[in-house]
Amino acid sequence: MALIIADNIHKDYQVGEVGVHALQGVGFEIEPASFVSFVGPSGSGKTTLLNLIGCLDKPSSGTLMVADTDIARLDRKESAAFRGSHLGFIFQDFNLLPVLTVSENIEYPLLMVQNVPPAERKGRVERLLAAVGMADQKDKYPDQISGGQKQRVAIARALVTNPKLVLADEPTANLDSQTAYAVINLMKRMRDELATTFIFSTHDQKIVGEAEVIYRLEDGHLAAKETKGGTIHGESL
Amino acid sequence: MGNLFKIALRNLLRYKRRTLLTASLITIGVVFVLVFTSVTGSFKAMMIGQITDSMLGHLQVHRKGYVASIDNLPLNLNIKPKTYQKLTDILGSAPEIEAFSPRLKFGGMFSNFTETTNIRLNGVYPDREFQTVPLLTSRISEGKQTLSRGEIIIPVLLAKGLKVKVGDTVVVVATNVDGSVNGKQFVVSGILESATGPGGRDGYLHIEDAAEVLRMPEVEFSEVAIRLKDFSRLPAAVHHLEGQLSGEINKEGRSIFEVHSWEQLSPFFNIARLIDVMTFFIKIMLIAIVLISIMNVMIMAVYERIREIGTIAAIGTLPGKILSMFVIEGFCLGVLGAIIGNIIGVAIVLVVNLIGIHFDFAQQKGILLKATVNPVDLLAVSAIVIVVAVLASLQPAFKASRMEPIAALRHV
Repeated sequence: MALIIADNIHKDYQVGEVGVHALQGVGFEIEPASFVSFVGPSGSGKTTLLNLIGCLDKPSSGTLMVADTDIARLDRKESAAFRGSHLGFIFQDFNLLPVLTVSENIEYPLLMVQNVPPAERKGRVERLLAAVGMADQKDKYPDQISGGQKQRVAIARALVTNPKLVLADEPTANLDSQTAYAVINLMKRMRDELATTFIFSTHDQKIVGEAEVIYRLEDGHLAAKETKGGTIHGESL
Repeated sequence: MGNLFKIALRNLLRYKRRTLLTASLITIGVVFVLVFTSVTGSFKAMMIGQITDSMLGHLQVHRKGYVASIDNLPLNLNIKPKTYQKLTDILGSAPEIEAFSPRLKFGGMFSNFTETTNIRLNGVYPDREFQTVPLLTSRISEGKQTLSRGEIIIPVLLAKGLKVKVGDTVVVVATNVDGSVNGKQFVVSGILESATGPGGRDGYLHIEDAAEVLRMPEVEFSEVAIRLKDFSRLPAAVHHLEGQLSGEINKEGRSIFEVHSWEQLSPFFNIARLIDVMTFFIKIMLIAIVLISIMNVMIMAVYERIREIGTIAAIGTLPGKILSMFVIEGFCLGVLGAIIGNIIGVAIVLVVNLIGIHFDFAQQKGILLKATVNPVDLLAVSAIVIVVAVLASLQPAFKASRMEPIAALRHV
């Protein structure tokens, strides 16, 4: 059973007096433990689609099922609870909380969202600190570590709740190419170890190649799906 | 909850200067209120103490209608001996009463044999009077602090005016209830400092001497001054006594007695109320200071951390928890300001007492200000600050909790 089923998704919104059709009839299915990338130029609808999958926004029409849940039916509080229990987020700007240390940032979702008992919290945080190679930096604050290290911490924070799905919007945009590769490889390794589905958006062609499934978006349409088995173009999707 | 406090405190420390400024503003407000309430409260307590403990007593019982004509000191509205006995029984059995003193008040002429002037006199049982108004003895500036038959204590202004000294013989002449005049010689046993308020320039003599001057076959009483064990229970005591005395009625079926607290007998009650009103407005100012400063700092905090709010909301933090985070920040600011303000306020009050500030209260000169901080005031001011701080944080916190994660994450 697919983890994500999108059927004829439309998303329209207003920018001032201008109506924007960000997504126009997008449909796809994503299997569990996939490593998926949405690519496309700016304005193609990547971030909008990630926001919809991430339960941060609702489609104007169409059906979007994430982990067997129709996200359009969730209210504000249910959406937050759903995100907290099923999803992890990695942001372009890392978005670590500056008043918390590295280990506290990773611990935050367990503490403030899931209310996990202290012993289990400690164990999970230590495992992920080791997995992302930040154990020796755990007591540092975000402003004391590099951009690549911040993103590793963000990956650990996204994974600490054992989510079914991790969404990363341009996770390497603020990193140099070497660090970007390291981050993507770390995400891939985490997928292998934890069987978590990773979906990331990027416009960096070198990074795109690391994804196992690539969805190309153009002007709100799904233009192509690329896998190792070949490319399927929009009209056949 | 502990983690919410930890995050709140760290966020406060993140903007040290702003936190310090806001806490300082609250601290100044708390210090101002505490010092003001302790100084004015002490002044008020001293003023009330002087009035009640050296003249009026905490409350008084009169025959109905006496107080309405009190300036005339009417002898025909005295409490008769039989009625007084009933009153004594009631007062003697009241557990809240520490002491009571019957008085026979009258106006008369005072003469040193060469000059004559008018005088208001209180006939009292000395021991009972000194128990009921214990500061009366401290007002006797010259002579002995007792009063025996044949002796009189006169006010200092009268002594100066007529050049009368302790040990001199004087004559008191008074008109009795029937209109006939009588006089009696007395030896001046003491000179009494004036006090502010009704009765502040009265003289004192033994009640049996007073009855003799007024040619009363039996001693009658103009009023009974009462001292309570616990002054703070005055309203309850008045209410209780009124209830007990309401059963005493005359032939016309009307109440014989009326009960008045010092508040109804002294014009200085209005000054005490004025002090309370001023304190109330000072507290309103404190509330305004805390409200504006906390609201301002919390609005800034929310505005500066919109992306962080978006992040924690996206991660799945429930709106209620986001609201709590900001409210706790405001709470911590309030607690910080209240604690520092209390410490500094108490320290200033101690310094004021160490310095020893003197002031004059009407006729009384050089009274030492003994400022005291009431623990209830400390708690009340702290509670006001903390509650207002939380209330001031609510609006910005609510705004933060209602932010859409997408919009917040896009914020630059």
